[in-house]
Amino acid sequence: MASQTTLAPSAGKLLQRPTWTRGAMSWLTTVDHKRLGILYILSSFAFMGLAAIEAFIIRLQLLTPDMRVVNPDQFNQLFTMHGVTMVFLAIMPLGIGLANYFVPLQIGARDLAFPRLNAFGYWIYSFGGLMIYTSIFLGGAPDVGWVAYAPLTSLSHNPGLGVDFYMFGLFISGIGTTATAMNLIVTIVNMRAPGMTMMRLPVFTWMMMITSFMIIFAFPPLTIAFLEVILDRTFGTLFYVQEAGALPILWQHLFWIFGHPEVYIIILPAFGVISEIIPTFSRKPLFGYPVMILSGIMIAFMGFAVWTHHMFTTGLGPVVNTAFSITSFIIGIPTGVKIFNWVGTLWGGSIRFTVPILYALAFLVTFTLGGITGIMVAMPTFDAQAHDTYFVVAHFHYVMGGGALMAFFGAVYYWFPKMTGRLIDERLGKVAWFFTVLGFHVLFFPQHIAGLMGMPRRIQTYPAGIGLETVNMVSTIGSWIMGVGLILILINVIQGFRAPKNAGNDPWDGRTLEWSIPSPPPYYNFAVQPVVNSLDAHWASKYPETMHVTPPDPAEGRKYDAGGVHIPGQSWYPMVAALAITIGCYGLMYDNLVLAVISGLSFIACIFGWAFEGVGGHHLHFDTEEAA
Amino acid sequence: MSAQPAAPAASEQPVPYRATKLPDVKLLMWVFLASDTMFFGSLIGTYLAYKDRSLVGPLPVDVFDIPLTTVSTFVLLMSSFLMVLSLHAIRQNDIPKFRLWTAGVAFFGSIFLGFQVYEFVHFVNAGLSIHQNLFGTTFFILTGTHGVHVTVGVIWLVALIMDSYLRPLGAKDSVYVEIAGLYWHFVDIVWIVIFTVVYLVEFV
Amino acid sequence: MWTYWLSWPVMIGVFGAIVYVIFRYRRRRDDEMPTQSHGNPAVEVILTIIPVLIVIAVAIPTVRSIFATQTYVEPTEDDVEVHVTGYQWWWKFEYPQYGITTANELVIPQGKRVVLKLNSADVVHAFWVPRLAGKVDLIPNQDNQLWFVADEPGVYPGQCAELCLGAHAYMRFNVIVEDEGGFEEWVAAFQEPQVVSASTDALVAQGRQLLATKGCIGCHTVDNYAEGMSFGQPIYPDLTNFGLRESVGANVLPATLENVAAWIADPQAVKPGNYMPTLWQADDPNREQEATAIAAYLLSLGADGGAVAQASAGGN
Ligand code: HEA
Ligand code: HEA
Ligand code: HEC
Ligand code: CUA
Ligand SMILES: [Cu+2]
Repeated sequence: MASQTTLAPSAGKLLQRPTWTRGAMSWLTTVDHKRLGILYILSSFAFMGLAAIEAFIIRLQLLTPDMRVVNPDQFNQLFTMHGVTMVFLAIMPLGIGLANYFVPLQIGARDLAFPRLNAFGYWIYSFGGLMIYTSIFLGGAPDVGWVAYAPLTSLSHNPGLGVDFYMFGLFISGIGTTATAMNLIVTIVNMRAPGMTMMRLPVFTWMMMITSFMIIFAFPPLTIAFLEVILDRTFGTLFYVQEAGALPILWQHLFWIFGHPEVYIIILPAFGVISEIIPTFSRKPLFGYPVMILSGIMIAFMGFAVWTHHMFTTGLGPVVNTAFSITSFIIGIPTGVKIFNWVGTLWGGSIRFTVPILYALAFLVTFTLGGITGIMVAMPTFDAQAHDTYFVVAHFHYVMGGGALMAFFGAVYYWFPKMTGRLIDERLGKVAWFFTVLGFHVLFFPQHIAGLMGMPRRIQTYPAGIGLETVNMVSTIGSWIMGVGLILILINVIQGFRAPKNAGNDPWDGRTLEWSIPSPPPYYNFAVQPVVNSLDAHWASKYPETMHVTPPDPAEGRKYDAGGVHIPGQSWYPMVAALAITIGCYGLMYDNLVLAVISGLSFIACIFGWAFEGVGGHHLHFDTEEAA
Repeated sequence: MSAQPAAPAASEQPVPYRATKLPDVKLLMWVFLASDTMFFGSLIGTYLAYKDRSLVGPLPVDVFDIPLTTVSTFVLLMSSFLMVLSLHAIRQNDIPKFRLWTAGVAFFGSIFLGFQVYEFVHFVNAGLSIHQNLFGTTFFILTGTHGVHVTVGVIWLVALIMDSYLRPLGAKDSVYVEIAGLYWHFVDIVWIVIFTVVYLVEFV
Repeated sequence: MWTYWLSWPVMIGVFGAIVYVIFRYRRRRDDEMPTQSHGNPAVEVILTIIPVLIVIAVAIPTVRSIFATQTYVEPTEDDVEVHVTGYQWWWKFEYPQYGITTANELVIPQGKRVVLKLNSADVVHAFWVPRLAGKVDLIPNQDNQLWFVADEPGVYPGQCAELCLGAHAYMRFNVIVEDEGGFEEWVAAFQEPQVVSASTDALVAQGRQLLATKGCIGCHTVDNYAEGMSFGQPIYPDLTNFGLRESVGANVLPATLENVAAWIADPQAVKPGNYMPTLWQADDPNREQEATAIAAYLLSLGADGGAVAQASAGGN
């Protein structure tokens, strides 16, 4: 079918690029974006499972007043780990994992621009996450909330190691996230198929590019904030030592300058997914494509200008509160435009109710509700009551759980056939959808009421007799209903892996390039470099008359492959470098400087090995007739 | 699929299609520097938030030596100039000149670091340390982070020179020098900001 | 409130549209091909203008209310000034105008503006009395302000709303709004020097003794323990005039003799995680009795109880 040229390995034996194609070793050394995407997706679901267990224990503890399932310390650890895991280790990497897999496929590329950097990003994320979880066995998990306000994190208030695990773990996984975001930007800007102008990019890819830009600007402030606390705790600096006159509020600024963009980092990939699912299943192009892109960019921009709406009660004064309140309202405009345009896409379509679009519809409803409560808490005077109550908890679960998570469930159902070549059973999927969505609302709707009745968040118990019993009990029961739904999803997906491989290239009558290649895609993705001359390239090649274009001659792509397709070689260095950093962090945490220095040196050695490893891999040459 | 033993050397590979015609590494460097701007921005922000909040001395006016730091700033600026020459040389395939100028950059960078080490030692002797007051904490971490950037730059440049002995470098590889140059100029600019915001502002 | 009403048309509009499309545009035949509309500039502009209008409608009352309630005020003679300091996990209330220091119970007059200066001694807390005012954080090295006017006398429960670890859930307090006269009485009762050097009530006398010997005064102070003398270290809640309080342990329990004794005997059982130790061995047979004695003494402090004690002190 195709011939292959192995490229010259580099000089030293040590620096040889490994060539395993199957087995554990091949996964440890892989640089293939599809394999890394799968690793990302599986890891984030694994972390999500842990966070879900934590959430269910939280709900159990709050079932009735004065439950003693866990003690206050354990409770603090539970919601901290739940929040940290969901945000940093589950939802955000899930978006990145989907991007890893599908962005190159959607733009007609063979891989990301920097495959080894991509591998490094994955490994450091997962090691960082695992590191935080080892804290449970090493003296207690972090217990300061996912926002870890100073000075709760200072050594004098929190001598245990939990905070160190939080800081180091998120510090290094943040490095990985940033690296992957840079990689995605370069990939999307540079590796688009010939003819795929920016305004012909699939919307998911667009949203991932915007997300990546947000990541590279939002993570450094967080990294600095982590660094400051790490230095305080490990080397005795004074960044958050109040006796030295430090300002704890600084942490809140740095955290939220990251933190608010972060919530859009979570939701924009979800917006992208929705913008793929809705047009596909209503058989219509996305309504107002340019406006959708523009509103995405607007949201990203504005996202950096609203951070103090999380700090309305910290005494910044009426002027600051007014300014940030108004910027927060303004964010509602582009978001509203998106919602309206999705409805506009459905309008006049021919909607096929598969599981993915059911999730998309659940998303529309839930996210709109969550957005409206967002606008409410963006009013400083209302927020003075709602802040740090269950009203806020309800708000962000509506946008993250009912928004991002539902969208990603939809994405799993949507892209599963592409990733595995197998179809998931629709009937069970719909039942699972029903329980999940119903459970979700039974779980979180009463929390609005609890919040308005004055129930603060992050409390492990609440007094009886002030009317909080019913709402909490309903909420906990909701979590059980949702749990049933989730178990059904799990069964559904596992069954999916057993289904016959009969999905074909294009089970949904899709619109974008990933549906033009076999499922699962071969490791080189495209046998012929696709060439594009319109939006929704795959749709245009199937139904040219509806797009008023003549699809480009596929053979045209072949000239871009004239020199052969370069398939990059595998490498040990990304994984080992990530491991070295992780071990170094343990060294610093346990004041074991020898270990820290050895790890540091190994890391530097890895960088050199990485740089001088040589190109590796091989070239594929496709026979002309075969490819045509 | 049959593996063919005949393998073209790395540099003979055809250049794959790129939408912007810019090399990937160059874009990556731009993106990285954009991100790094926020990194330094946050550190400088922290410095400014804690300016004049130290409860005990020594304070900036007690320790800063503007003429000395001006000299080291000038040295760093000059190194950027040499960096331009170095890039020009490799584009002309003039490897000896390339080595000379790159070594010059690395050398000037090291002198800058020497000044910084001297300054740090001097400050510590004057009683300023990361544990002393907020000024010490924020000053050392900010300028120290910058120093680490310079150090990485110097190591990178030395690695480039070493590489020129190991492999036949030429104009086709100039992009690798270019990105090192971008990095170097960026670090230089950041220093000018730090010099202004941290040092000069104290004396106006 | 305003947004609440505005949110209804938005929700009805969006959800109505969704429900409509679900029924109207479900796919009937598989070869159906809808019009491939890429958008419609006019519709898009209208759809953008709608949220812009909503935002304007929401913004105006919001800005008004911010400036009406959050503007910084300079406290005047007529206001009641209180310095609030948050501690893990209790509250200190100081009235600079009256020279009063107390804990966990904020007594204020009805109808007067109360200006609170908020600060924290350790980590971030938040002062929140839902029925009186919005919350404001207490942040170390930063003075925050909250002011409000309470219209109705009564007891208003409050709660720390910012995670401060340990006993955060139990970091409660009460605001007691008295009518004008009641407040003056309270101030007078608090300020009145009452020397309780001994008591006819044996239990109270024993408790007074134990307060010193058991080590309570290592952390707490009591004013007028002896004539003109305050006693103890003011690190933790000031117990002066404790008898005037209605709750114990930062409003975890009502201040009855039984509850106060239970608190003193085993604070961790009442309020898990707080910083007050138990000063008795677990198997100390006198624990209950001694704790009750101390509780009796503490409750005798202040106008009503104190008066009794004072009368008997006179005979000494
Ligand atoms: C995916 C994540 C996500 C998203 C998308 C949002 C979206 C928004 N959020 Fe939310 N938020 C969080 C995650 C998110 N948030 C989290 C995690 C927290 C808590 C953190 C913590 O403390 O732990 C939080 C907290 C939070 C606060 C602080 C509350 C507090 O702690 O006291 C505020 C305050 O302004 C706020 C506002 C908003 C606003 C205005 C939006 C807007 O973007 C919403 C825009 C959407 C709509 C408005 C709906 C659709 C629009 C229409 C149908 C058009 C018509 C409507 C209008 C024009 C009004 N959020
Ligand atoms: C994306 C974010 C996200 C998601 C999805 C959730 C989901 C849930 N959360 Fe979460 N929550 C947060 C983010 C999230 N949470 C954050 C940031 C906080 C603040 C923490 C803090 O205060 O610091 C918080 C706090 C928080 C609280 C408040 C704690 C307190 O303040 O005292 C509560 C209480 O009820 C709660 C409950 C739940 C429940 C019951 C769910 C349920 O919806 C969970 C259901 C389970 C899942 C959704 C996972 C299912 C997936 C799998 C099992 C894998 C399946 C595999 C395949 C499909 C292949 N959460
Ligand atoms: C190590 C210091 C320490 C010692 C010793 C100590 N306490 Fe306390 N006490 C505290 C702290 C801290 C609190 C606040 C606990 C909280 O609410 O979080 C407190 C609270 C109290 C309260 C409740 C105050 C209120 O306003 O609700 C009473 C009453 C009290 N202590 C009495 C005593 C008595 C009596 C003794 C001696 C037998 C004693 N304390 C010894 C630290 C101490
Ligand atoms: Cu103080 Cu929570
Ligand atoms: Cu926000």
